[in-house]
Amino acid sequence: MSHSPLTPGITAGRLEPSEYADNFADLHAPLDAHEATVAADRCYFCHDAPCVTACPTDIDIPLFIRQIATGTPEAAAKTILTQNILGGMCARVCPTETLCEEVCVREIAEGKPVIIGQLQRYATDILMDNDEHPFTRADPTGKRIAVVGAGPAGLACAHRLAMLGHDVTLMDARPKPGGLNEYGIAAYKTVDDFALREVNWLMQIGGITLENGVALGQDVTLDSLQSDYDAVFLGLGLGAVNALGLGGEDKDGMRDAVDFIAELRQAEDVSKLPIGRDVVVIGGGMTAIDAAVQAKALGALNVTLVYRRGRDRMNASVFEQDLAAARGVHIITGAQPVAIHGNGAVREIEFEYTDDTLTPTGETVRIPADQVFKAIGQALAGDTLPDLDGRKIAVTDTGRTSVSGVWAGGDCAAGGDDLTVTAVAEGRDAAMDIHAALTGAKEA
Amino acid sequence: MADLTTNFIGITSPNPFWLASAPPTDKEYNVRRAFEAGWGGVVWKTLGEDPPVVNVNGPRYGAIWGADRRLLGLNNIELITDRPLETNLEEMTRVKKDYPDRAIIASLMVPVNEDSWKWILSRVAETGCDGVELNFGCPHGMSERGMGSAVGQVPDYIHQIAEWCKKHTDLPVIVKLTPNITDVRKPAQAAKDGGADAVSLINTINSITSVNLDSFSPEPMIDGKGAHGGYCGPAVKPIALNMVAEIARDPVTQGMPISGIGGVTTWRDAAEFMALGAGNVQVCTAAMTYGFKIVQEMISGLSQYMDEKGFTSTDELVGRAVPNVSDWKHLNLNYVTKARIDQDACIKCGRCYAACEDTSHQAISMSEDRTFEVIDAECVACNLCVNVCPVEDCITMVELEPGAMDERTGKVVEKEYANWTTHPNNPGAWAAE
Repeated sequence: MSHSPLTPGITAGRLEPSEYADNFADLHAPLDAHEATVAADRCYFCHDAPCVTACPTDIDIPLFIRQIATGTPEAAAKTILTQNILGGMCARVCPTETLCEEVCVREIAEGKPVIIGQLQRYATDILMDNDEHPFTRADPTGKRIAVVGAGPAGLACAHRLAMLGHDVTLMDARPKPGGLNEYGIAAYKTVDDFALREVNWLMQIGGITLENGVALGQDVTLDSLQSDYDAVFLGLGLGAVNALGLGGEDKDGMRDAVDFIAELRQAEDVSKLPIGRDVVVIGGGMTAIDAAVQAKALGALNVTLVYRRGRDRMNASVFEQDLAAARGVHIITGAQPVAIHGNGAVREIEFEYTDDTLTPTGETVRIPADQVFKAIGQALAGDTLPDLDGRKIAVTDTGRTSVSGVWAGGDCAAGGDDLTVTAVAEGRDAAMDIHAALTGAKEA
Repeated sequence: MADLTTNFIGITSPNPFWLASAPPTDKEYNVRRAFEAGWGGVVWKTLGEDPPVVNVNGPRYGAIWGADRRLLGLNNIELITDRPLETNLEEMTRVKKDYPDRAIIASLMVPVNEDSWKWILSRVAETGCDGVELNFGCPHGMSERGMGSAVGQVPDYIHQIAEWCKKHTDLPVIVKLTPNITDVRKPAQAAKDGGADAVSLINTINSITSVNLDSFSPEPMIDGKGAHGGYCGPAVKPIALNMVAEIARDPVTQGMPISGIGGVTTWRDAAEFMALGAGNVQVCTAAMTYGFKIVQEMISGLSQYMDEKGFTSTDELVGRAVPNVSDWKHLNLNYVTKARIDQDACIKCGRCYAACEDTSHQAISMSEDRTFEVIDAECVACNLCVNVCPVEDCITMVELEPGAMDERTGKVVEKEYANWTTHPNNPGAWAAE
């Protein structure tokens, strides 16, 4: 090993091969059958269960856990996937601690919820490992629908439409489908190429034609899609990244966190990825945490995550914050960047402490940095889109936009939590509304 | 610590916890371990005539489980001891000599003829054991040969054999009863009439614990077939308690010493059997599930309970609940209760609501914020919500004081005791007038 965490600058190979393997191993090892049985036994089978209410996709959680407990995980998986076709990924990336598990009555009773997310993964893994696809297509309707964006919203929408008998063209600007599942989530949350495996499994429904490398506004226009298809669903995600608005953002070493995460996810060998010795991440959401933890995992000596507000305002859950802290990330809150120092390349980044209302205090601190990841939010990219609500596409409850025949969902649409699971729900619900609009069928 | 020394039909043991005649008491090795762990006595695995029986060479036990695979019920198709009589007698002699303060009872099962019983009684008397228990209970295998429950189901046989045994031994005689019978008082009466000193109950219950849905055979499965076994463990406790109580309150058998058996798992179970009239208890499944060490909890728990109650002897506990075992027709119909939900303890699972709404009287309301409350005008006080609630004491039944209004019936709760025998809806009550 020629390099170590102490090596100055941005360099690869800071760690031993085994350390990389450990650092990027599955965050939660899958439950074995015994662990799943013990965990499932704890479910009380609540009436009108709070966990179901908390789930954006309304998965019947008590039912699927009872199906696991009685030795039919395949049936459990079908219960899950009927509501959420990306139930496998959501089991891995959902912030369950702020959704289903937060309201589990055993969390209320004992501070220890039923581990719903891990049980969901147990069931869906079994079904997918059997290479079973439990859904079939309805009779063809002859309708053709364009789904733009093969992320969680687009995939959920496409699958539901295909299941209802429609023909779907699913297009995505990137070379691979999956959206943020493929490019935007920490590697240790979705090991063994799960995102792509899940898409391949999902495509078994049939009736979906996938076109990668097709970008809206470049290769196709909304007008052309409207004339070529019976309906259009936009699941574009957020293609642009917010800037700090400081001089020197183009200095070497300054980078968008989403690009870093995407590169890492696509890397064949993470030991070949260069990483700074002193890394600073700016932001307080999941992207910031994913970038910080993975910077540490690549062997950075010091990783500091700086967020301008208090911890309680961070979008990243307490679990994620604790994970970062446990992996050695230093979290500073109540400080916003005011200057980028360095000659050509970033050397230090200067922050000013703020109070709760973001009023500057005059107190500043300079943090050494040879690499800075910006994770202060993403923005919708593109023009000639339907009307916006704020900075995102305005939609109704069922995803209808201002343009007739065009629906939208996922991160590009206004409302929602920008979670994978929310995007799945929006894509699914838009599909049901498209189906109703095209066939006159009542919403199921 | 209350003194748990128990005298049961003249047999003294340091505590009322005996191991029942079963696999845990089949060998010297096991029994020595049991005594070292603190058990007050053992009923040695049932002895029979040589040549010894043989057991199946496949699984002997089946089970059912609760949450977390907690064993709730066990059944077995094991027979009486399959070791030579001589071996057992030698071991019993040695163990009794080394543990003179512990009770050792010989469990016996031989064919229904006087000579067989006379002979085996004379042999076991040589071991120095403290008493004998006549095994009229085993429901599987031995019953096919006219012994075990085949005897226990015929009161005349019980009477006869008890008489023979009292004639041919000075040792105290306990008759172990089978629950596989309609009215357990009849065999108990027969045992008493035959001169037996005590009864012990229950033996195991005819059972199939499960069916293998691949091989379509009952479990435990032997080469694709299964035979009913004898069921025991926590699941049978309610059946055993009732049978003990029936004998304890029957005018004919009242006062007859009872050794209580059936699902005793904790000190509390033991205390309940004793309160219903058992002078001591016998344990098997709990030991087979957790090992002999559980007796330490039984000893400490019963001692603490007795201290709290101010009991200085187990005699003060034995039978204390018997006067309160009644017939339905004598229950007070003017005793009115309503369910009450402790909102601080409630974890909002809604199981009380589902149970009441779907299967009972629609007497629990559910609000938007998942507050569950009892609707007094609908609550019949059935207690189902209490039983399905996962939090102990979250839902309790509260008595309406006389003079209070029962919103369900619209009647004021009366102070006077009134039961079915005098109720206007009872045709029998009119006839009596």
